[in-house]
Amino acid sequence: MSFTVFATAIISAMLINNVILMQFLGICPFLGVSKKSSSAVGMSAAVLFVMVIASAVTYTIYDLVLYPFDIPYISTIAFILVIASLVQFVEMVIKKFSKPLYKSLGIYLPLITTNCAILGVSEGNITGIWTETMPYWEGLFTAVSVSVGTGLGFGLIIFAFSSIREKLDGSNVPASWKGVPISLVVAGIMSLAFLGLAGII
Amino acid sequence: MSKKENFLKGFLKENPIFVFLLGMCPALAVTATFETSLGMGLLVVFVLTGSNIVVSLVKGFIPDQVRTPAYIVIIATFVTVVKMLTFAYAIELYDALGVFLPLIVVNCLILGRAEAFASKNNVLDSTIDGIGMGLGFTFALVVIGVFREFLATGGIQWGVYLPFFVDAPIHLFTLDWIINLFTDGFVIADYGLAVFSLPPGAFIALGIILAGFQFKKSRQIKRELEEKKKLIAERKRQALEKKKEKALAAAKLAKAGE
Repeated sequence: MSFTVFATAIISAMLINNVILMQFLGICPFLGVSKKSSSAVGMSAAVLFVMVIASAVTYTIYDLVLYPFDIPYISTIAFILVIASLVQFVEMVIKKFSKPLYKSLGIYLPLITTNCAILGVSEGNITGIWTETMPYWEGLFTAVSVSVGTGLGFGLIIFAFSSIREKLDGSNVPASWKGVPISLVVAGIMSLAFLGLAGII
Repeated sequence: MSKKENFLKGFLKENPIFVFLLGMCPALAVTATFETSLGMGLLVVFVLTGSNIVVSLVKGFIPDQVRTPAYIVIIATFVTVVKMLTFAYAIELYDALGVFLPLIVVNCLILGRAEAFASKNNVLDSTIDGIGMGLGFTFALVVIGVFREFLATGGIQWGVYLPFFVDAPIHLFTLDWIINLFTDGFVIADYGLAVFSLPPGAFIALGIILAGFQFKKSRQIKRELEEKKKLIAERKRQALEKKKEKALAAAKLAKAGE
């Protein structure tokens, strides 16, 4: 549990293995919500928030419940149920305690249940970080660090992409490339740039 | 809708990826080769058909407020079955699909079909819909996979991730022999566009294919518009002629009356 682990996890998850451009998780919000910068910021804040809580909770469940009771094969069912109910719970808590936060994040929260980035990070924590011998707190710390980095990476890309898209709307694109095709090619070029960061750690 | 139409609609008219842009994550992530695309597609066919059947069977019992979580549990059960089967019989495919195998649960296509079709139709129609839509999804994945693998390596391989029917990996298709007619010892794989097997290539390849679809659609709309215009012009001409004839006949009648 040190700063090095935290910094490495953040940089690696945010820039090198970027969740959208390298791992292809969360493409639906990437194409759907990135039309305006303001909604992109709202969505990425909501994703970061839920992702950190969800990965802490799912890691805990796997390490303290599923593995000791020898039922790790139901992890998929358990995780999706936990995430779905967690999103509902977070929505209720935010609604109760912070009206302004609910106003800015509220409409994005229901969309997050089917956002594959959340489940993808939870599953990735199990296959990538969890081992039989790792102490619980150390693993939890790494899992949370990775999810913070992933959430930040998601926000970074979705915000940059929404800014590009606002410019794209005003440019003269051939009719058959308008909309999703040109967005995908732009994403491909961004991904090409991020490919250059591979190997810095 | 007839049974045949129900089965065929998923391929082009209502293709999940090319038309509705559902399930984009696997469409980008697992399509680096033909085999992984086919494998993923067939797993989705199984999960979609199974979940459609069960959802249409239990649609009467599930209260309306909790139907989405209930559908998710049904889908997750089938995904767990598929995960264990793949782990047992095709470990190479299991490793290649990685996290996207459990992520079939959150594939919008499956929950979408459960919500939009299976919860309103009977078992037989839901089964046909599941198989048809799943095969449409597979078709789209295979198109992207073949496009990417061919550009990246100059051929299509079989037997690496799906080790069925062959002992060792073979090439289903390659350009080597054509070029070897002119020069000896040429391996086209050394000259492939390797970027198409990497993440950037996935975005660009899908962008190109979707642009092709939009081009085809816009031409079709244009053609239909032109045909409509022609039809209207023809009708106008006919009406005008009829009017003229009538006027002529009236004039003749008037003349005869005088």
